[in-house]
Amino acid sequence: MTSLPPPSARKLGLVIDLDTCVGCHACVISCKGWNTENYGAPLSDMDAYGASPEGTFLNRVHTFEVARDSAPPMVVHFPKSCLHCDNAPCVTVCPTGASYKRAEDGIVLVNESACIGCGLCAWACPYGAREMDSAAKVMKKCTLCVDRIYNDTLPEEDRTPACVRTCPAGARHFGDLGDPDSDVSQLVAARGGFDLMPEQGTAPVNKYLPPRGRDTLEIPDLASLCAPAPQAAPNAQPTGLLGWLDRALERL
Amino acid sequence: MRSPLGCWAGWIARWKGYKMHPAPSLILFTVLSGLGFGLLVWLGLGLRAPTGLGAIILFGLGYGLAGAGLIAAAFHLGHPERALLAFTQWRSSWLSREAVLALAALVVMAPHAASSAFAATPLPVLGWLGAVLALATILATAMIYAQIRAVPRWHHWSTPPVFLLAALAGGAALAAQITLALWLMVALGVAMLAHWLAGDRRFATAGSTAGTATGLGALGRVRLLEPPHSGRNYLLREMVHEVGRKHAQKLRLIALGAGAVLPALLLALSGGYLAVALALLAHLGGMLAQRWLFFAEAEHVVGLYYGKR
Repeated sequence: MTSLPPPSARKLGLVIDLDTCVGCHACVISCKGWNTENYGAPLSDMDAYGASPEGTFLNRVHTFEVARDSAPPMVVHFPKSCLHCDNAPCVTVCPTGASYKRAEDGIVLVNESACIGCGLCAWACPYGAREMDSAAKVMKKCTLCVDRIYNDTLPEEDRTPACVRTCPAGARHFGDLGDPDSDVSQLVAARGGFDLMPEQGTAPVNKYLPPRGRDTLEIPDLASLCAPAPQAAPNAQPTGLLGWLDRALERL
Repeated sequence: MRSPLGCWAGWIARWKGYKMHPAPSLILFTVLSGLGFGLLVWLGLGLRAPTGLGAIILFGLGYGLAGAGLIAAAFHLGHPERALLAFTQWRSSWLSREAVLALAALVVMAPHAASSAFAATPLPVLGWLGAVLALATILATAMIYAQIRAVPRWHHWSTPPVFLLAALAGGAALAAQITLALWLMVALGVAMLAHWLAGDRRFATAGSTAGTATGLGALGRVRLLEPPHSGRNYLLREMVHEVGRKHAQKLRLIALGAGAVLPALLLALSGGYLAVALALLAHLGGMLAQRWLFFAEAEHVVGLYYGKR
C-alpha cells in the first residue's frame, strides 16, 4: 500500500557532517559495491568503457563552493542519498504499491518485482534520490542497507550502512533519529543539524551538520577575486530529429 | 504495410533513441488520450447523439484515440507486463486513479456506444455516467503533474484547466460542435496564457534555491564547484532539459496561435467541414507544441544540485 504509515517512533537514518567530509567518494563506491552484489537488481553501468559512461548510483557526492563577503570561499563536499522522509512524496505517487515506507523503522524501500518503471516517484522526489536502472528498468534507491543493519550473520561492527562503515573521515553517522537520546539525535542537537529543502514539506529523517567556521582574512572584496572566470557556454548542437526541429525553429 | 500500432512503436523507439526529454510517448499520450476522452465526454452527454454509421465513426474515434493514448503510455513503462498492478493504489496515487477512471469510463460508455451504433437507441444514464468518468480521467491526468511539488511550475491550480480545456475543446471540434468548440478554444487560449504567466514566477515563489537545497545558504552564496561525475545520469536526462527551452517563446506563440487562436478564428468564420478539419489539425499541432513545452520548461528542483535549472 503506497499510503504513508503513521509517523513511526523509530526513525532510522543518517547524519552527514559537512564539516568533516573530505569528498573522497569512498561512500559512493562502497554503496555501489554492496548494493550491486547483494539485495535486488545490480546497479548497472552503461557504456562503461565508451565515450559517455553512465551508471546507477544510490549515493553521490557533489561539491559546492560558498562565497562569503568577508572571508575566503568555502569548499563543501556534499554527499546526497535518500533522506527517508517522514512525508515521502515518492511513496504516495506510486501506482502499483512497489514504493513503500516501513511502519516499524521508517525506511523507504522499493519492491522491485512490483515496479513498472514509470519513473513518477523519481519525479516526485525533490532531492534526486531515486534513479531508474537502465538495465533492470526498475527504480533503485538507498535501502539504508536494510540487508546489513539487521543482518545477524555479520559481525556487530558491520551492521551499519556500507557508506557509514567505510567513511574514513567519520563524516557519516547512522542511528535512530526518532529517539531524542540516541547518539545521532544528540549530535544533531549539539551541532545544529538541518533539513534539506524544508520548503518542500518532505520532513526528511536524515540530517546534515553545517561546516564549522573557517579562516577569515582581512582582504577587501575577496569574494569578487575568487569569483569564477566566465566560461563560454558549451555549444552542443543537437542532431537528428531534435536537430531538425532546432534548425526549423531557428529559421522562424 | 505496417499496422498503425507498429508505426507508432517504431516512431516512439526512434524518438527514444535520442535520449531526450520531454518523452515523446508522454506527449502523445496526454494529447491523444485527452482528445479521445474529450470527445467521449460530449458523446456521453448527448450533445451530439449519432446513430448507425455516424456513431460507429465518432465513438470509434473516441475509443481509438483514448486507447492509442493508453498504449503509448505503456511504451513509456520499463515493465509493461506489470501494468495491471497500476490499478491497485487509487487511494493515494493519481496515476493509479487515472488508470482506474480511464478503464471505468471506457467500460461504462460501451453499452451507450453500442446501443447508439447498432440499435439507434442512446442510453443517456450510462452516457452521462461515462461522460463524468471521462472528465475525471482527464482531471486525473492533469493531477499526476499538478501534484508534483518538486516541479513548481506544474504544482499550481493553473495546470488542470489547460488539460481539461484542451481535451474538451478538441473533443468538441471532433464532434463538430462549432459554437461550443469556438468558445472552448478561446477559454483554452486564456488558460494557457495564465499557466505560462503564473508558471514563470512559480520557481521563485516556491523558494527552493541552491542555498536551501544544500542548507548552506545562511553561510553565503552557494554554487556548484564540481558535479558528482563528469557524465550524464538518469536524473539529468529525465528532468533537467535546458536545450528544449531555447525556443520557448516561439513555441508558446505556436501553441497559442495554432492550438487556440487559429482554430477559434476558423470556427468563427465557417462551420463547414473543411474549416473544422483545418481547425482540428492546427489545434493538434499547437497542443503537441504546448505539451513539449510543458515538459521542457518543467524545471525540477533537483537541477539545483547540478547547478542547472
